[in-house]
This record gives sequence, C-alpha cells and structure tokens, in this order.
Amino acid sequence: MAEMKVSLCGIELDNPVIPASGTFGFGYEFAELYDINMLGTFSFKGTTKDPRFGNPTPRIAECYAGMINAVGLQNPGVEKVISEELPKLAKCFDKKVMANVSGFSVDDYVYTCEKLSACEQVGWLEVNVSCPNVHGGGMSFGTSPEAAAEVTAAVRKVTDKPVIVKLSPNVTDIVSIAKACEAAGADGISLINTMLGMRIDLRRRKPVIANKMGGFSGPAIFPVAVRMVYQVANAVSIPVVGMGGVSSAEDVIEMMLAGATAVEVGAANLVDPYACKKIIETLPETMDKYGITSLTEIIGGAK
Amino acid sequence: MKQGFFKILENTPLTETVYRMVLGGDTSAITASGQFVNIKLEGMFLRRPISVCDCEDGKLTIVYKVVGKGTEEMAKMPVGTMLDVLTGLGNGYDLSLAGEVPLLIGGGVGVPPMYMLAKKLLAMGKKVTVILGFNKKDEIFYEEQFKALGCTVYVTTVDGSYGTKGFVTDVMKDLTYSYFYTCGPEPMLKAIFNTSVTEGQFSFEERMGCGFGACMGCSCKTVTGYKRICKEGPVLKKEEILWQK
Repeated sequence: MAEMKVSLCGIELDNPVIPASGTFGFGYEFAELYDINMLGTFSFKGTTKDPRFGNPTPRIAECYAGMINAVGLQNPGVEKVISEELPKLAKCFDKKVMANVSGFSVDDYVYTCEKLSACEQVGWLEVNVSCPNVHGGGMSFGTSPEAAAEVTAAVRKVTDKPVIVKLSPNVTDIVSIAKACEAAGADGISLINTMLGMRIDLRRRKPVIANKMGGFSGPAIFPVAVRMVYQVANAVSIPVVGMGGVSSAEDVIEMMLAGATAVEVGAANLVDPYACKKIIETLPETMDKYGITSLTEIIGGAK
Repeated sequence: MKQGFFKILENTPLTETVYRMVLGGDTSAITASGQFVNIKLEGMFLRRPISVCDCEDGKLTIVYKVVGKGTEEMAKMPVGTMLDVLTGLGNGYDLSLAGEVPLLIGGGVGVPPMYMLAKKLLAMGKKVTVILGFNKKDEIFYEEQFKALGCTVYVTTVDGSYGTKGFVTDVMKDLTYSYFYTCGPEPMLKAIFNTSVTEGQFSFEERMGCGFGACMGCSCKTVTGYKRICKEGPVLKKEEILWQK
C-alpha cells in the first residue's frame, strides 16, 4: 500500500502535491472541475497589502516547454482576500491553505502576514521574496541574504504559523540565502520561483511581453529546479518545498529524492486544469513502479 | 468548462490563410455564442484559444487564421486527428438586449463568432443585419453563409475590390439598428465605439495563459473593475469599456 502522507512544518498532508501560487487562483475555478480536497493543499494567489492591477498586457509569452509571465502580482489586496476570497474558498476546500504573500517593503510583508496569519483557514505563510524592494533601490529582497533574512525575521515575530520563504533562482548563491532565512527563523524554504526570461516578436521587433521581461516556468526549468532543491536541502535542516516545471508523478518523486518534503505544481495547471488531480491519481502506481512504499522515506534519498 | 477529446471531421481552407475546422465531440459546455475553445497542440506548451463559429449536435465549427506556429500546425492536420479541447470558455454574447433589429459587425477573423450569434438571433425572430469587413476581395469568407441564414449582408473592403470601399463604420453610420454586437481588430472596435448610436457588445482578444481564469494573464481594466478577458470576457458591454469618445 503506497503511503503518500507527508508532514510539512508540523501539518500533515494527505499527499505532497500543492498547486503553486499564481496558477490556481483562490481555488474555486478548479473546484468547478474536481474536488480540490484531494490536494495536499494549495498556495493561493500572491497577496499584497494593497490591491494591484499588475502589469500592462501582453503578460504572457510562449516558449519551448514553458512560458513567460509578467502578471505583476494582480490581486485584490489582503482585506478583500480575507473578506471575499477566503469565504468563497471555504465552501469548496476544507483543508488548511498556504497563504502566499508579497510585499514591496518589510512593513508590507509584516502587515499582510499578520492579517492572514489570523485566519483560521491559513495553515502556512509562504513569503515570496522575489519582489523588488522599493526602499532598497528596487532590488529584490530575495537576491541578498541580508534582505531575505530581514523579511523572514520581521514576519517571524508576527505569526505562530509556519513561515516558508519562497526563493528566487535569479541569484548567484541560493544556498547562502536559504541559510540566512533559516537562521532568521524560517520554518521552511520553497523554491524555485520563475527564472527571468524574455522573448522577442520577430514581426514587430519588440519584446512579446509589455513588461519586456518576465518569469520563465514550465518543464524546461525542471532540471534547474531539481539542482537548486538538492543544493538547498543539503544545506539546511528545515523542510524544503520543491517546484519548477513539475508536471508528472515521476517529477514529484524526483523532486522528493532531491530533498523536497512537498512539491508544488505551477505552469502545468494552466495547460491542463486537471494536472494535479492526474499527478495525485498516478502517484501510487508510480511509487509501486519504483519500489517506494512511503514518500516520507524517499525525501533527500538521492545522495 | 469541460475538457474533451474531439475528432477533426473537416479542415478546409476558405481563403489563402483562413481555414474552417469542424470537430466532433461533447459540445455540452458551449452555452453561448461568443464563447471560445482552447486547443492543445502537440509540441506547443500553451493551448490556442479560438472562437466558436458554430455549434450543434456534438459538432463544433471553428474558423481560424494561420498567424503563427500553432495555427500553421492546425492547418496541416488531417481529418480524423484527435484534439484535446477545453470548451465553454468565456461569457459569450448576451442576446436578451438585442432588440428587434440588431446589427452584427465582424472584421476579419472577428467574423466567425457572428455566425452562431446570427443563427440564435434569427431563431428568436429578430431581423438581423450583418456587416463583414475585410482588407480585400480574396480575404472574404462566409458572405454566402450569412445570406443563406437569412441575414441582410453588407461587405466592406479597405481597398474597394469588393462591396463598399472603406471600413465597416462607413456602412454602419447610415444604418438603423436596435443594438449591435461586434468582434474584430481593436482599431475597428474603437471606430465602432465612436460611430455607434446605441448600446452594444464588443468581443476582445488578448494573449492568454490558461484561458479559464487561473493565471490573470489577460486582465483588463473596465468601468466596473478588473476583468479577465478569458473569464468575465471576452465580451464586454459598451458601457463597461474605458475608451473615450
């Protein structure tokens, strides 16, 4: 009997499959298609202190085995997420949800995390440090160990819920950033966010995306994600949530062998709205195929 | 929304670059004209969103223009090929506001969604007038099909090689209508916005990620707040649009 249960920062998941933030909205679009309670949990749309429209369109560009997006954190703001989105979600999801938070200053992160932490439905805070710091010359919090640690420590003070820091791969040394977050009180690390990319339209001789650059995701980045998950998992002693191009049960197992305790699925949801359901349904047979009886036992199994 | 597998029953060129594809499968999720489907193609990461031209009894008709790699592949597909299609996407046109003499205006590949809309309005007993706008004569398609339905049809070409020389608005300005529905390139939609003397509905295009509301890739600002072209659109009412006259 294949055992899919894993424990993520003290909360048990029925399985390690988690739709990634920004690819699953607030869940209810997908709940029209299947019972989303079958998921381990999901990470909801990146939420900020104030409402945001995001970037101008076009925001999407296709790539080989992937896509670039520059949505720009469109969301209704934390107050509306709590008053409108979470009650809607409660009607179709009984489990604890992962609250994904973004900010443009340390105070932004603290404000949003404190509000969301007070919500019964929220199990974990996933803190996205890939956004530019408006007080730090626009450089992303996630590109320096000091800035990432500052956000982590500040958020740590206002919540008792597990804090998972979501790291950007667009850095020279991701291990030093992960270690700095661990030292600042993070309960977990999730990675990788999208990789900075760009496409150019040959006819128009202009970037495809209005914002010029955007985040590259999809199966094309999977090997990079596996490598970074492996490096970080071997350097920290807190759980790692692996993501980046995961689109099959095999990919989930590979991420876990690299050191992931749970696995997020992103771009695959946008192409096949049933992607996570299919992954969860094929996990038991895939585990059998590779002689795995319990997923917990394979975490970090690739040495 | 529904995911289903459809078999290509027909895939024929209507002009040099525009093709009609008839697909057989479960069409039950398609509930309104103006909706679209999103097609998965071998070797392409994102699906291709294409508007519904007609739909009845498990037969879905789409009319598409070859504009890039995806549609190039589609044009080569033989009858019998199976396609993974998401159906029933988008809001579609609201027929309840049509009045007795609605005007339908399609430009280029904005023409196809007008076909199912015209059929539905005629079935409701409306007197339907259609303006079809193209660049030149050899790009024209579906004029006969609209006539066969029983619509009054006007065709415009920019170069004057067929029908009225000029733009759809050159015909529109002299017509009397109770309401209008349109789909086409944005400059045409803007011209119609400025020329129209009644309320109406516009169908918009945008680059999409998912096509079903999850990624926020196709958002736009409207009078009533942010809307996703794929979910709360592609059809917006004239009074929702932020353009200035």
